[in-house]
Amino acid sequence: MVKNPRWVAYVLIFILLLFIPRLLSIHDLMLFEYGLTFAIVGLGFNLLLGYTGLLSFGHGAYFAVGAYTVGMIAKYFPGAYSLEILIPAALLFSLIISIIFGFLCVRHTKIFFSILALSLSMLLYALLFKLYHLTGGSDGLRVPLPTLLGISFKGIRRPEFLSGTYYYFLLVLFAISCVIMRGIVSSPFGKALQAIRDNEVRAELIGIRVRRYRLYAFIISGMFVGLGGALWSFVNGHVTADLSHWVFSGEIVYMTLLGGFGILEGPIIGAILFTYLKLYAMGNTQYWMFVIGATLIVLVLLLPNGVAGAIASLLAKLKRKTVKGTPC
Amino acid sequence: MLTIDNLKKHFGFVRAVDNVNMDIREGEIVSIIGTNGAGKTTLVNLISGYIKPDSGRILFLDNDITYASPYIRIKLGVGRSFQLIQLFGNITVLDNVRTALFSKYGMIRRGLLPADRYSSVTDEAIKILDNFNMSDKKDLTPTGLSEGDLKILDIAIAFALKSKLLLLDEPTSGVATNDKFKVMDSIVSAIKKEGISTLIIEHDMDIVSGYSDRVIVMHEGKIMAEGKPNEVMENKEVKATVFGIVS
Repeated sequence: MVKNPRWVAYVLIFILLLFIPRLLSIHDLMLFEYGLTFAIVGLGFNLLLGYTGLLSFGHGAYFAVGAYTVGMIAKYFPGAYSLEILIPAALLFSLIISIIFGFLCVRHTKIFFSILALSLSMLLYALLFKLYHLTGGSDGLRVPLPTLLGISFKGIRRPEFLSGTYYYFLLVLFAISCVIMRGIVSSPFGKALQAIRDNEVRAELIGIRVRRYRLYAFIISGMFVGLGGALWSFVNGHVTADLSHWVFSGEIVYMTLLGGFGILEGPIIGAILFTYLKLYAMGNTQYWMFVIGATLIVLVLLLPNGVAGAIASLLAKLKRKTVKGTPC
Repeated sequence: MLTIDNLKKHFGFVRAVDNVNMDIREGEIVSIIGTNGAGKTTLVNLISGYIKPDSGRILFLDNDITYASPYIRIKLGVGRSFQLIQLFGNITVLDNVRTALFSKYGMIRRGLLPADRYSSVTDEAIKILDNFNMSDKKDLTPTGLSEGDLKILDIAIAFALKSKLLLLDEPTSGVATNDKFKVMDSIVSAIKKEGISTLIIEHDMDIVSGYSDRVIVMHEGKIMAEGKPNEVMENKEVKATVFGIVS
């Protein structure tokens, strides 16, 4: 097999990302880190939307599970408060919750699936909001700086932590997530999901157990989102019940649409763009919701495949022009 | 290999399939003809498990599959194609066939290595497409194919499941007239190569007489006549009801 030039590009981008802390101001770097955590969320969300054909309006729930795992461990088990325990714990809890919620959701498709996912996430929202003594209610939970492999960051301020060790930790996990997701979508398993997306009836008749595979996709998706939530909590320093609210789930949908859900890289680009767009809009006008809404309308009308989709079709067009004699 | 015993399916007052008995032997190509509403597609739906019968039995290779799920039937080797094409529209032609193969081999749980790494499966998928003269189109998606190619791809997917019995529901409907024989030639030569038993539902008599070993005529849910193509076509009753020729 010829070596894929795509991988060369990936490695180059990764090397470039290593130098980001030197290039960006601390403020922009923090925004970029928000973007990276959302990128992991987008990757997971897109396995469900782009590759399995299920639109969830409740993925904030798994994000909240990841973030609250961190917050709760900080509050109740401070002895275990180190990254190498927190990340697996966040994965474990988002696994458990997405098995339960997923089992209920995948019995339905289309709008029924979306609404059911939304209601379950609102159920979790209500629990997080009302169980004040356990979850901090509307105050949420504070997320202190964790330790990493025995190294303590006491006495270091959060911006320094975020621009140093944590950035590279985040970047490595982001890279691993990308590699794993790339593997999943091009594997036989990923092909089976795409078959289900394209034609459920036929998928059943080539021997794929459709409902079961939808559940598998849901669980993997939930775990990626949970991981994103956990990583996000350290950047934000504070978690609240709003994360499980449908408005936040809507933002996940929005960034995936912005980037384009037909392409693996789409949600990554969408997540980073969205982070900057939202802050820029919020900083310049109190009608920032209007800006976000208007962009969505423009997007749906002009770039139905998202930003990444538009770039990809542009590249394909250029390629077709340069390669002679290609039938089309 | 397939035995149908007193099979019955009524939809309200409509007797779609009414006490049908038939056998299909190994390697045989059998066509079912009949007017619209004669119960041909219902019969195929019953055999493939798409719908369940009211009474009667379906035996396949000594297994009673009357009420078995489609999944079980596929594992046993009953494959079908569709009158209205059912394909995976947004993945390539190669992946359409390859996914069926992965499913057949129980490999769709493998979630980390790219599908291309399983080169034996890929090669096999290309060989199947080759059998149907489709391998040059393997990187296109179904949206870029002609109606005839779509029909062939639909059948190639059923073929990839290593079916021992193929049910082809109107394999040439919707195909341009001058492509019909080309389509049937590629399908039948692939089937004959593997010795697969086949049940074809067809309207076009030229195709029926050209490609089948045996013809079954259905009318109002019952079998009206059965035999070699030329014998059946000389049958007076068949001429009157199916072809509308009164002599």
